[in-house]
Amino acid sequence: MDFATLAPFLVGVIISGLVLGFVYAIIALGYTMVYGVLQLINFAHSEVFVTGAVVGFEIFRVLADNPMNGYLKLLIALIAAMAASGGLNVLIERLAYRPLRNAPRLVPLITAIGVSLILQDLIRIIEGFQGRFDLTYQLPQGFSTPFCGPESSCVSVGNFLSKIGISLQIKEVVMVLVALLSLAALNYLVNFTKLGRAIRAVAQDRVTAGLMGIDANGIISLTFLIGGALGGVSGVLFGLKFGTVNAYSGFDPGIIAFTAAVLGGIGSIPGAVLGGLVLGVIQNLIGVTNILGDALGIANLGVIDSSYQRIGGFLVLVLILIFKPTGLLGRSNVEKV
Amino acid sequence: MTAIRPGSQPPISAPDRSIWLIVIAVISSALLLVSQEQNWLAALPSAVRNFLKNPLVASLVLTLFLANLLFAYRWKAHLWAKLLVGGLSLFLILPWAGRDNTSVLDLAIQIGIFAALSLGLNIVVGLAGLLDLGYIAFFAVGAYTWGIFGSGQIGKVLTYFKDNGGNNGPVVALGGLVLVIITALSLRAINRVKGKRPPLTSAAFLLAAFGLLAGVTLLVRGIVVLASANAAGFASGVNPNFFWLFLILAVAAAASVGVLIGLPVLKLKGDYLAIITLGLGEVIRVLANNLSTYSNGSQGITPIGSASVPWFDSLAAALGFSPAQYNLFFLYFVVLAIIAIIILANMRLDRSKIGRAWIAIREDEVAAQAMGIPLVKTKLIAFATGASFAGVMGVIFAAKQGFISPESFILNQSISVLSMVVLGGLGSIPGVILGAAVVTILNISLLPSLGEATASLNLPPQVNPAQLQRLVFGSILVAMMLFRPEGLLPSVRQRRMMHEDDDPTDNQTPQDSIAGELNPENAAEVYSPGVATRADDERGGGTQ
Repeated sequence: MDFATLAPFLVGVIISGLVLGFVYAIIALGYTMVYGVLQLINFAHSEVFVTGAVVGFEIFRVLADNPMNGYLKLLIALIAAMAASGGLNVLIERLAYRPLRNAPRLVPLITAIGVSLILQDLIRIIEGFQGRFDLTYQLPQGFSTPFCGPESSCVSVGNFLSKIGISLQIKEVVMVLVALLSLAALNYLVNFTKLGRAIRAVAQDRVTAGLMGIDANGIISLTFLIGGALGGVSGVLFGLKFGTVNAYSGFDPGIIAFTAAVLGGIGSIPGAVLGGLVLGVIQNLIGVTNILGDALGIANLGVIDSSYQRIGGFLVLVLILIFKPTGLLGRSNVEKV
Repeated sequence: MTAIRPGSQPPISAPDRSIWLIVIAVISSALLLVSQEQNWLAALPSAVRNFLKNPLVASLVLTLFLANLLFAYRWKAHLWAKLLVGGLSLFLILPWAGRDNTSVLDLAIQIGIFAALSLGLNIVVGLAGLLDLGYIAFFAVGAYTWGIFGSGQIGKVLTYFKDNGGNNGPVVALGGLVLVIITALSLRAINRVKGKRPPLTSAAFLLAAFGLLAGVTLLVRGIVVLASANAAGFASGVNPNFFWLFLILAVAAAASVGVLIGLPVLKLKGDYLAIITLGLGEVIRVLANNLSTYSNGSQGITPIGSASVPWFDSLAAALGFSPAQYNLFFLYFVVLAIIAIIILANMRLDRSKIGRAWIAIREDEVAAQAMGIPLVKTKLIAFATGASFAGVMGVIFAAKQGFISPESFILNQSISVLSMVVLGGLGSIPGVILGAAVVTILNISLLPSLGEATASLNLPPQVNPAQLQRLVFGSILVAMMLFRPEGLLPSVRQRRMMHEDDDPTDNQTPQDSIAGELNPENAAEVYSPGVATRADDERGGGTQ
């Protein structure tokens, strides 16, 4: 493979890594929101996002024969998934985390693990009663076609991309757009509204915020609602990207997304996005190391195959944390004795 | 919180339960033996036989029997009664029941393995306060250390090097040795530099450390290439008698991996440390999956041999064990011995200077540092100690199963061990052992037998209890944390922390019988970190 074919191939790998990265970023935001206010690794978030993916699947399945516009179906799926995941997250917080507000930090962590196990089995049971385990997304027509087909006459980014040998599907463009929209909405909500200010106040100091007339419990519930809704969005995106989802498939992306959140500096919203994108790209690059090795004439790179994708992300995390212990965009807090 | 010091509470006059203890022990032992022994079962009327043969009943009987040990530990009774019940249960009844039903012995060994793992993790999380989510990696290191050498895998590795290693073995080994000596000496020299280190020294230290690593790698490679000439001699692994050597080697290997993992990441705190250890645990698993030359990849290594002690085997034969069971019988006692050593080590560590340093770091890192505790060194020792316990048990695990694959060392196992520690009571030695026993019995015995027992009810497969392990286990975790967050047998210190706001009279209610254990007369003593510190220095340690 020479440089002329290698370059677009690499760009393609990076672009598809970015698309994957946006999915991770939105999942990571769910972790970050919860971590920001409670300093709790919400292990149950991966199941919250799988719930979103399952709801999205059900919507697409029910609407499969409906002659409705595909984008409208996607919108309905997104809203339903957001509602379900957000509601679930609030419920989890109310039942499993709130009674433990003042317990040592390991205690809610274990509860979160317990909740995550419970949800895995519940999802499996509920879908199992209808004889399903692996849920395959039935996408509306046209979602999987190339972003601008070769015969299409449009003069567009898609056409340009396909001309230099980069393939992009419509669903990938849609995914990135949805992710960017939710990011913008979240950013506006947290940074430019009164509600966002309350959330930030509670995150900084729950007790003092309460003294200032903020209903801390309400705000925490709300944060879980937002985090869960983001989980719902990412669940549908995950379904779009990978096509199938089952009760246990939240685990891997959950871990990666949490790594992304830590990589960017946990608690930081732009950090979570940056971390997600970095991990998505790195994963995709590791997946093609053997091809790169062939192209560059380095034979031994062939042993690094896609099974190294996950640890690649972790190694990057270790490296970055050694030099920057609070993550890429995290702030270090001053220690007081 | 009001300052409650050990001994300041009124002694609780629990009734002496020696009689009850013995009665229950006799009943449960008899039930266990009858339910496992085919000949005795056959003599019973068929209704009773069917009842006892019900998997759920059998599992409950086993659980009740194991609970004896807990009663013996917890109840107020004469020492001789406790020792009698404990000793007979462990050394006579359990092996006896295991002779007729190997799964009993298997379960006991499994409980022992997890108890040791929990004790190790207890040091890291419970004492030093370092949240480690990749703990199972050290277990994997131990298991693979023996797995590779105790099976034909070492022969395969040597054959590979015979074919691909070239014939410069002596040169590589010699070069490695020289490099190791030079770098070790320079590390030592750099370490002796007093005062504030200039950046150059730090760089040199790093360089020398890498050199040492490279030297060890070269040395090992050279030795392997040298040894590859006799690859044929290792077709079924090394001599099983080397098992004992590998028990020690596994401790060393796991401890060094603990230090290696710990060195770069111990500067991090809390959740950062959690996610990094989780990641490094995954790294070890993925390496085991991919370095197929050494670990045989995802197919795993089998069959893994185990040591055999001739007189022990003849003892087992005399007791009526079948040859296939010798191994389990032998490993059961090895596990008992190792657990005893580990418990002893834990108790000593708890009370030692280093144990107090760990607690200090857990409570307040900055203050501990200000008091002159070397942070990194102390944390590394905690990591290495915890890891070494896991390493030993890894060897036992490999020898017991005869088969290891990367699937045995997934993240869920780490989480499972962590939940044992928290469920039993963070920082409390009897607590984490109980936690390990409860979780293991639940996962291996009770839930599967519940599934078998309900098999005739024609439940839809989705709600078959055997399939609901996650649901049940998760619910127990959540319920425990909500209603008894300090664990089943909390350490004294942990308990105080959790109940800071409670009415002090709560400590005297009968169900809080643990308070009775603060009184030395109520024989059973919870070894808790912090008690010793308080007694030594009441002014500083009196309140939190």
